[in-house]
Amino acid sequence: MTRVWRNAAPVLTVLMVIIAIWYLGAVRMNATWERDQAARASEELTTSQMITRTLTQDRPILPAPHQVAVGLYDGIAGQAITSRRSLVWHAWVTLSATLAGFAIGAGAGILLAVGIVHSRSMDQSVMPWAVASQTVPILAIAPMVIVVFASAGITGLLPKAIIAAWLSFFPVLVGMVKGLRTPDAMQLDQMKSWSASDNQQFWRLRLPSSLPYLFTSLKVAIAAALVGTIVGELPAGATAGLGARLLSGSYYGQTVQIWSALFAAALLAAGLVAIVGIIEKATLRRMGLAR
Amino acid sequence: MDDTVIKAQGVGLTFQTADGPIHALKDVDLDIDRGEFVSFIGPSGCGKTTFLRSIAALETVTAGQISVNGMTPDQARKARAYGYVFQAPGLYPWRTIRGNISLPLEIMGFSREERAKRIAHVLELVELENFGGKYPWQLSGGMQQRASIARALAFDADILLMDEPFGALDEIVRDRLNEALLTLWAKTQKTIGFVTHSIPEAVYLSTKIVVMSPRPGRITRVIQSTLPRERPLEIRDTPEFIALAHEVREGLREGHSYD
Ligand SMILES: Nc1ncnc2c1ncn2[C@@H]1O[C@H](COP(=O)(O)OP(=O)(O)OP(=O)(O)O)[C@@H](O)[C@H]1O
Ligand SMILES: [Mg+2]
Repeated sequence: MTRVWRNAAPVLTVLMVIIAIWYLGAVRMNATWERDQAARASEELTTSQMITRTLTQDRPILPAPHQVAVGLYDGIAGQAITSRRSLVWHAWVTLSATLAGFAIGAGAGILLAVGIVHSRSMDQSVMPWAVASQTVPILAIAPMVIVVFASAGITGLLPKAIIAAWLSFFPVLVGMVKGLRTPDAMQLDQMKSWSASDNQQFWRLRLPSSLPYLFTSLKVAIAAALVGTIVGELPAGATAGLGARLLSGSYYGQTVQIWSALFAAALLAAGLVAIVGIIEKATLRRMGLAR
Repeated sequence: MDDTVIKAQGVGLTFQTADGPIHALKDVDLDIDRGEFVSFIGPSGCGKTTFLRSIAALETVTAGQISVNGMTPDQARKARAYGYVFQAPGLYPWRTIRGNISLPLEIMGFSREERAKRIAHVLELVELENFGGKYPWQLSGGMQQRASIARALAFDADILLMDEPFGALDEIVRDRLNEALLTLWAKTQKTIGFVTHSIPEAVYLSTKIVVMSPRPGRITRVIQSTLPRERPLEIRDTPEFIALAHEVREGLREGHSYD
């Protein structure tokens, strides 16, 4: 019990500080509007009045933590999950595209890495393009992808998944190339002394050696896939998904909605990374590679 | 019985490096007969590893030639003429000891039953019968090195090449492993090439001691052991043993006075 507390204490302390700063910020940022309202009605506001009003506005500039918590709770538990107002429904829309994009991206990253490690010419030709693809801002690419797909009559999951894949293949590619190259000279000489073929060397040595690197990059990749999907949901027209929730919230000044969607996205990301982490731990422990 | 299995004639190997050529080996002539236990000893950088690797076709000589069982080293490797034991055990952590020994056998395409049979046999040879199901990290360093020797023995090559296999182990473990290695050698009748830095180890194990010296790496003396093949650990206190050790030390010193 005391150990749990000792581990949790620093985290909780930081959390409390953040929440305290957030409340202060909410009061300060929302105060201008209250002051204007009060001036128009020629009232004087006491400090306590000021605080209660700034923390209970309908459309605050910065909603207070408890408002976001209520918004989040209402979005998750307060609606039928098939309702368009349910965060669960929107999260599912985002999640399905994220997982599809992650699968495409990770698959492409692994295949390219294998190609790069096995062929010098692929190493020289693919890597620069892979790097270049990541230097183009995703915000510029996303609308183009959506538009191109829409003109071909494809909307919904696939174009978003492509954007997610665009962001997630890169960490997997880099991690996997490094992983496949970890076997040292001695291990490779060993293989050579048994006259092992490239294939045997790959399946028995390179691939298993690369798994710790693969998992690390998969954690980055799945979070990147979520970001990609949300960005893919921002361009005009999208009505479903956490990205659409963010955008419509900002159209209508529904800051509580924005923040709720933001937190839902963060929770989703944390959950996804944690799941990959659990699979990683179990696999590496079984393989004797856990550190 | 007394035929030559490894024959080096005028072997030279020059590495081209950024700082110019390095003559790792120069004019090396050596015959190793079937069933011999040959140790290579010499100061660091004299080309012991390079020579062993050349025999194993892990390096390509730039002058002269090496034949192994009458073939080029490359052909000999493909014919599974030798097992090679590296300085580190290099066991795969995701495979059990049995799985690790099975690795070269899988690569060489042995059947499942054949693999099981061979694994059991070599585990017995290195006295690890009860550890086949364990993972490498559950074994001590000495046991891991024994497992790696078992792996090199599994496909039953006639020649065993070992590059400082016990270099990282303490003396007590080393003594035990040396004894075990001699027993194994007597049982299997293999030809062994063994690199070491230790004079007593070289004298204790070998029928032939090859003393080398650096810059350029070459053989300065080949000492034929007069010790019997049967060697209890106590043999190291006999005058014969001490005389041989002295001769090796002389040879090493002689090599040094060249530069
Ligand atoms: N791949 C390589 N490229 C360039 N030079 C090398 C290479 N391998 C070995 N050498 C050089 O060749 C010489 C002989 O090296 P080698 O490893 O055979 O020595 P060694 O006798 O095994 O030494 P040690 O006792 O330290 O293991 C050294 O000068 C070394 O620097
Ligand atoms: Mg060496």
